[in-house]
Amino acid sequence: MKRSLSLNRHLVQRLGFTAITLMAVATVIPIVATVIYIFAQGLPAISLEFLTDFPHDGMRAGGILPAIIGTLYLTIGTAIFSVPLGIAAAIYLSEYAADTPLTRTIRIAIINLAGIPSVVYGLFGLGLFVLFLKFGTSILAASLTLSIMTLPVIISTAEESLRAVPQAFRTVSISLGGTRWQTIRRIVLKEALPGILTGVILGLERAAGETAPILFTGAAFFLPRLPGSPFDATMALPYHLFVISTQVPEMPIQIQYGTALVLLVFVLTMNLIATVIRSRARAKRQW
Amino acid sequence: MEKSLNWYEFIITRLIKASGYSAILFVALIFFFLVREGIPTFGEVESTSLLNIRWYPIEDRFGILPLITGSIIVTFGATLIAVPFGIGTAIYISEIAPRWVREILKPLVELLGGLPSVVLGFLGILVLSPFLRVFLDLPTGLTAFTGSLLLGGIAVPTVVSVAEDALDAVPRAYREGAWALGATRWQTIWRVTLPAARSGVLTAIMLGVGRAIGETMAVMMVTGNAPVLATQLGSLFSPVRTMTATIAAEMGEVASGSTHYHVLFFIGMVLFLISLGVNIAASSVVFRAKKRAERILS
Amino acid sequence: MVDKIIIEDLSLQYSDGTESLRDVSLKVPEKAVTVLFGPAGGGKSTLLRCLNRLNDLTEVRASAGRILIDGQNVLDPDTDVIALRRKVGMVFARPVVLPMSIRENLTYGLELAGEKHRSKLDEAVERSLKLAALWDEVKDRLEDPAIALSGGQQQRLCLARSLALQPEIILLDEPTSGLDPISTGKVEAALVELKKEFTIILVPHSVQQAARTADYAAFFLQGELVEYSEGKGLFTAPKEKRTEDYVTGRFG
Repeated sequence: MKRSLSLNRHLVQRLGFTAITLMAVATVIPIVATVIYIFAQGLPAISLEFLTDFPHDGMRAGGILPAIIGTLYLTIGTAIFSVPLGIAAAIYLSEYAADTPLTRTIRIAIINLAGIPSVVYGLFGLGLFVLFLKFGTSILAASLTLSIMTLPVIISTAEESLRAVPQAFRTVSISLGGTRWQTIRRIVLKEALPGILTGVILGLERAAGETAPILFTGAAFFLPRLPGSPFDATMALPYHLFVISTQVPEMPIQIQYGTALVLLVFVLTMNLIATVIRSRARAKRQW
Repeated sequence: MEKSLNWYEFIITRLIKASGYSAILFVALIFFFLVREGIPTFGEVESTSLLNIRWYPIEDRFGILPLITGSIIVTFGATLIAVPFGIGTAIYISEIAPRWVREILKPLVELLGGLPSVVLGFLGILVLSPFLRVFLDLPTGLTAFTGSLLLGGIAVPTVVSVAEDALDAVPRAYREGAWALGATRWQTIWRVTLPAARSGVLTAIMLGVGRAIGETMAVMMVTGNAPVLATQLGSLFSPVRTMTATIAAEMGEVASGSTHYHVLFFIGMVLFLISLGVNIAASSVVFRAKKRAERILS
Repeated sequence: MVDKIIIEDLSLQYSDGTESLRDVSLKVPEKAVTVLFGPAGGGKSTLLRCLNRLNDLTEVRASAGRILIDGQNVLDPDTDVIALRRKVGMVFARPVVLPMSIRENLTYGLELAGEKHRSKLDEAVERSLKLAALWDEVKDRLEDPAIALSGGQQQRLCLARSLALQPEIILLDEPTSGLDPISTGKVEAALVELKKEFTIILVPHSVQQAARTADYAAFFLQGELVEYSEGKGLFTAPKEKRTEDYVTGRFG
């Protein structure tokens, strides 16, 4: 009787583990398949011309250079606003803030910022930056919008990295006559930097791929020239892909896949850089 | 030397504190501008007409009910997919997978979370929707179901990463205690580990739902964009339109300051409040769990 | 013997009101080892942390009393705590080396103070390592990460790190609690040399260590200073019954 009971339990475990494993596989296979498929379909479209030329014939021929440059500009613009602010806010939460109702409100605010739909950010950007502050449809308006959207990601990963630094280091630094800021700058920030960097890159990666926030704040479908100032509108890869796949009749499939591939490579590269930074830092860590 | 250090440090500390408060400022700003442009709706459109079942802006019909049901049905479908697969994958990664598989799987799921939704929507149009049209013998592949599938895939990484963190955080002692009492690993997962991580897993689900509600591009590209009231289960296989897609699709064509413009902002307000609600619910779950833990430990 | 530190009627409490120390009065003579010993929870570590105002980082406040170092009350809010912490060095129970090289660990405190001259820093490195009896063991690998050292070496590095700032007082809070007997012996030997120049307060991790090292001894029990003696009298002929019970191992 005991033997069969034990066999029963182990059978259940076998089945259960198999089911769960299959679920995990079913989740992962589409990811891999998607990436491979886009590479396979898009690679034929990639040529030097595709990457460095302007579009011709209503986007149906030529290259996507302005979209690539535009996404680059937007990513840099987002970084300029969100990175210093985000890291500073994270330092505040990790090193200065006590557990008061005000601090809890700040945390709730951050969680909320993280959950707001991207298209609502687009509306907000339209209302504040484009119309109220009169920046117009511009790289500036789009970058500011994307920055606020990226802020919660940067703040939470940066705070986590700062908190991971052992408290004992701070105590030692203070006991040697260090001020709070000296301690933060020389030890805490220095040790948390790889983690912070990883979070920043992952946040910017998301910003680079977003369409809805830039729809009404900075994206343009076709511009004959590259943007010359932050007040110009710009083309951008995600928006470009969206339009050519849904709104341009007789769009060559090749170009669509090529555009998707370029965007994918942009995002994957950032992901790879972040992963590499994270694993190398973990190996070199002295604590 | 000490003096200048103090002055410099004072400024830096002030800047840091100001940055800390900025999050509250931004939430307030967002809400303020949504309200500023959305409230005029009530002056221009009869409030009750907003709950009509026809969304047809050209004829000044602004019934948002079909949009709401569109969002609900797509989110519901997405949740049905994202929750089992998400939690299952999280359990696999945290409890079952060998070390080397974990090292590959975690970055892979993170990768999925980083894929731009417009790329997924793009593949949805070109690959998924024609396939479903043929496979399920439907008049069109652009349906709520297609949207749910895609959205489920988009929400899965959120569910996996939060749930996996929660499972990981369960102290090893709990599992070892169960094993010492003769439980199999399977039994331990379901009777000990998962219940212990309950609040974190619930948070994962709520955040996944929040992600699904808020998704714009992928849904817009594959759900067919027909603002039709979804009334029965069969509606799952016909085109719908979500609130997010409506804003994205129509904002570019409205005149600034027109009624249509205000109504779109109003929809934005609704979305903001929904996500606020989901987040507050999620935080209160964690808060209550923490209180319970504190009571038990003290 | 001049008294370096005078503690007058000191009472400490946590932010929720529970008391840590009650009415403690103690004189710490200079250039000697004063040992504060007793069972856990006696308030000794808390007292140490007040001496260099590290209690500012925790929720411990002095509700009454003064701590005079060289005649100045360091509990006074106007005190220059930065200067105080350079004057009063501290070694903690677990060796905490900073995530840097051995050399950088030692120069860290000086760099905080603004010292930039390479020669001054090098000189401080050598001087403090010799005082901590670590120089010979590490002089050829100063650029190595400090984490590579053994536990006992790390603790002596922490001692040297405090010494680099040329303090006048050194506080040691159970410095050898995680160390093997040989390393413990090296630390205790270093203290014997160091007390010629510095005022030392030691919280030992065992009564035996207290008996070995004390020039002056104070027995703390549940926040109260029970007995104090010059020399080893507390261990051989204690006056209070509670002291005797603890020293002979009847509780602890």
